[in-house]
Amino acid sequence: MASPQVVGASIAELADGVRARKWKARELVESFLDRIHRLDGRLGCYLLVDADGARWRADQVDAAVAGGRDPGLLAGVPIGLKDIFVTRGLETTAGSKILRGFVPPYESTVSTRLAAAGAIALGKLNMDEFAMGSSNENSAFKPVRNPWDLERVPGGSSGGSAASVAASLCAGSLGTDTGGSIRQPASLCGVAGMKPTYGRVSRYGVIAFASSLDHPGPFGRTVEDVAALLEVIAGHDACDATSIPSPVGRYRQACAAGLAGLRVGVPEEYFQAGMDPEVEAAVRGAIDEIARAGAKLVPVSLPHTQYAVATYYLVCTAEASSNLARYDGVRYGHRTAEASSLEELYSKTRGEGFGVEPKRRIILGTYVLRSGYYEAYYGKALRVRRKIADDFRAAFSKCDVLATPTSPTAAFKLGERNADPLQMYLADIYTVAPALAGVPALSQGCGFTRANLPIGLQLIGPPLGEEAIFRVAGEYQRRTDWHKRLPKDPS
Amino acid sequence: MPRIQPDEVRTIAALARLRLSEPEIERMTHELDAILEYIDTVKNLDTGNTEPMTHAVPFDCPLRPDEPKPSLSVEEALQNAPRRHDAFFEVPRIVPGSGEGA
Amino acid sequence: MSVDRYEAVIGLEVHVHLASRSKIFSWSSTAFGEEPNSCTDPVCLGLPGALPVLNRAVVDAAVRLGLATCSHIRPRCRFARKHYFYPDLPKGFQISQYEEPLCEGGAVEFRVAGEARRVRLTRIHLEDDAGKNIHDDSGVSFVDFNRAGVPLVEIVSEPDMHSAEEAAEYMRALRTLVRTLGISDGNMEEGSLRCDANVSLRLRGAEKLGTKAELKNINSFKHVREAIEHEIRRQAAMLDRGEAVVQETRLWDPERGLSQSMRSKEHAHDYRYFPEPDLPPLAVDQDWIERARASLPELPENRYRRYVGGLGLSGQDAGVLISEREIADYFDAASKVCAAPAKKLANWIINEVLARVDDARALAAADLPVPPTALAELVDLIDKGTLSGKLGKEVFARMWQEGRRAGEIVASESVAVVSDAGLIEETCKKVVAANPDEVARYRGGQSKLLGFFVGKVMKEMGGKADPKSANEILRRLLG
Repeated sequence: MASPQVVGASIAELADGVRARKWKARELVESFLDRIHRLDGRLGCYLLVDADGARWRADQVDAAVAGGRDPGLLAGVPIGLKDIFVTRGLETTAGSKILRGFVPPYESTVSTRLAAAGAIALGKLNMDEFAMGSSNENSAFKPVRNPWDLERVPGGSSGGSAASVAASLCAGSLGTDTGGSIRQPASLCGVAGMKPTYGRVSRYGVIAFASSLDHPGPFGRTVEDVAALLEVIAGHDACDATSIPSPVGRYRQACAAGLAGLRVGVPEEYFQAGMDPEVEAAVRGAIDEIARAGAKLVPVSLPHTQYAVATYYLVCTAEASSNLARYDGVRYGHRTAEASSLEELYSKTRGEGFGVEPKRRIILGTYVLRSGYYEAYYGKALRVRRKIADDFRAAFSKCDVLATPTSPTAAFKLGERNADPLQMYLADIYTVAPALAGVPALSQGCGFTRANLPIGLQLIGPPLGEEAIFRVAGEYQRRTDWHKRLPKDPS
Repeated sequence: MPRIQPDEVRTIAALARLRLSEPEIERMTHELDAILEYIDTVKNLDTGNTEPMTHAVPFDCPLRPDEPKPSLSVEEALQNAPRRHDAFFEVPRIVPGSGEGA
Repeated sequence: MSVDRYEAVIGLEVHVHLASRSKIFSWSSTAFGEEPNSCTDPVCLGLPGALPVLNRAVVDAAVRLGLATCSHIRPRCRFARKHYFYPDLPKGFQISQYEEPLCEGGAVEFRVAGEARRVRLTRIHLEDDAGKNIHDDSGVSFVDFNRAGVPLVEIVSEPDMHSAEEAAEYMRALRTLVRTLGISDGNMEEGSLRCDANVSLRLRGAEKLGTKAELKNINSFKHVREAIEHEIRRQAAMLDRGEAVVQETRLWDPERGLSQSMRSKEHAHDYRYFPEPDLPPLAVDQDWIERARASLPELPENRYRRYVGGLGLSGQDAGVLISEREIADYFDAASKVCAAPAKKLANWIINEVLARVDDARALAAADLPVPPTALAELVDLIDKGTLSGKLGKEVFARMWQEGRRAGEIVASESVAVVSDAGLIEETCKKVVAANPDEVARYRGGQSKLLGFFVGKVMKEMGGKADPKSANEILRRLLG
């Protein structure tokens, strides 16, 4: 048997090797566990490593292969799960002290599907507390560092999911994207990540931040890896009333389908002041490459883009204030040591358990939902949200996919933007509008800054237009080698 | 003129059952003021005839057949309880009628 | 009494448990026993990551209720989150309906002391129930989530009622209605039917409504009456003293027979409603409505009109028969096969059958000793004169005890009346001859003495004479 080279390996290579008995799932798991053991102390990607569970499941896959049974599309592929997916019997915290020690008695739909396809969960990945943040500095436990520069952030909130793939501490991972939390860290860490259409991937067992905006989705080194993971986790789930019943697309095939006849829209509002010139140059270069590959470029306008960040923060904080009401110290999680009344039990438990960002959002969300304020804020935001979604509808009557930057800048330094939450929010400008509209969007590498920091290209599709996105992404990746560059292992 | 005062933050924190220290209240008042000022930009947009978008999916509420499935075991239900008493969750004494229970 | 100066204005918010097998938004069973926290799932426990999925049977039940009260069923309605903190509320919010409820308008019809009343409904909406807090003297309380997620409809009335009695009758009518529809067991003692009352007073003749107080925790018909009567007296006394009634929520304490203000002072309540993002709008199309309409059973008020108008029963008897679904079902089943006048059948049910059951719901039992067809047979035997009324009661008692049919008892024990005219005539003659004084008095005008002669004949014949024939023969002999 060949010894598996896991650094930089794609999911397809690893799974094919398991199926072809080139290597065992157990060997893959040991290789990744060894890397985690050696390197994650510096990176901080994992909140929990389930070595025993991973070994046990790897042996199951190997037994299936040995017995001639189909181990599934993701045979023996070691993956990581953002710690927002509940895992039966395995502590799940959503990066918050208020959930420390919480051991779910049930399993999320997507992690169940991954396991059924032969994937092996190595552990739970670090994240901003309750997925609130763009730098992973809001984790209650420890920051994640960007594998390309340990002084910089990996992005957030799925920082652990992006950094672990970039650093080859897992072959692929799952994250969630509420306003950019998959795409922005994918961009900052130089990997591919997709926020599928809202409802395409089940939210059952995904700890809620903002229910109408939460999108679970995959990270991979290549767009094909993202496509493979999405094929496994997407699809109707009767446990989620917002789950889309239509059949899952052929995303892997789409990656190789070419661009013939495809129109790619370039929204003018996504190329305005505030963008780092290096980012702009790389994204414009990528769009030119896509045109050279045969796509027709179409100028389009998304006129309500300027309202997207404000709308997003109104909707997400209102829903968050509601979703976080259940953390009261009665049934699970942190509970204050001393409480002589219910009042005290609640306010002390929550005051002690939540970090700064959830507190800020609970207060803002409670503020805007109060009687007398609802119409002016939340009601208004829902109407603006409709206009933003209508912008996309209109744009997609002229084109099949939109190409934009993912983030206005490459990875920034830890601590650099902590002091001013509003400035941190404003950096979500390119990712929040697709989240509000519920349309699919992918980020993939499209270059590096002079400081060797990855830059991301965002491709946005119409509802259920994942295949069109993968066509562009696959073709662009075929013509470039950004995805082949790997960060050096931290010393 | 600030959009929000510390007292209002205190009231909202009480409504959200969130104990904040005085420095937290001060800092949050300051930050919220800036955020609210920014958020107020949406008020400039005319949304007269636009229907609110409450959901990002275009379909109606799916319905489940009325078929019971196995419950969590009592142990599973209580395994995460910070405090329990036999098969109950335990809380500080509730003064009947003290809450807002519906 | 000062109370008479004022007119009470009462509106009720009634919560009814719907009888589904699984919970409204999740799959755990609603058939829980005593063991706390034994019927839960991630959804009804409010575990992180759990999501609600709506139970079709629950919507169907509410649609049927809406149709039965002539409400407008919204083609699209919405769920909303209603926020408050309480230990029995696992998610920190209740999933309810706010601006767009399932049903709007409609009315409930019933009678108070024979007089027809109609209480208009504001709305009927769906929501999930909370768990149960158990209070203890030990300084802590306990929480059981078995009940969390049990489906509820909230039926909100207009302030159309004016007395405690009327409110109690309205509750009874609702209970009978939901039980007739088969959508709830309507059991107040077990919390399947709960009520909050909004009560205000105004001077008689005044237009403007007074300030209302909301009474919570009313969970029996007796308490509906007591709580509202108490509240009317409390407010009347305040108004008499020139005090203003405070708008507040008050908790009824049935043991002490009084209410206490319950709103905690620190926080004005603000439920922060917003559309439930986890549940898209609920669509109920015309097909569904028509299917539900076709499945409706005959409703209590229709029965009442049929009994009084069609069958000629008194309003009082009809009222008793429709008071429980099972009584009316029993009556209808018996009357289908009974040749005797409905009035007689109704009397037998009201006086004999109901006297033998603690709870009218027992009439639906499969092993009921006297099923409706058996009663019909007995009443027919009496009506035809085969059995005297007195004997009929004895036979009925034996039927109830032994579970046998009337015909069987009559045949095997030869308790049947003697309808042989010759034998009866012979006995009558004997009795007339033996009582010359009474014969003279009868002929002198004391016609009431006929009963005396009938009694003598019955005694002679061991109670087995057909009373109708005996009457006729005696009249002829004495006439």
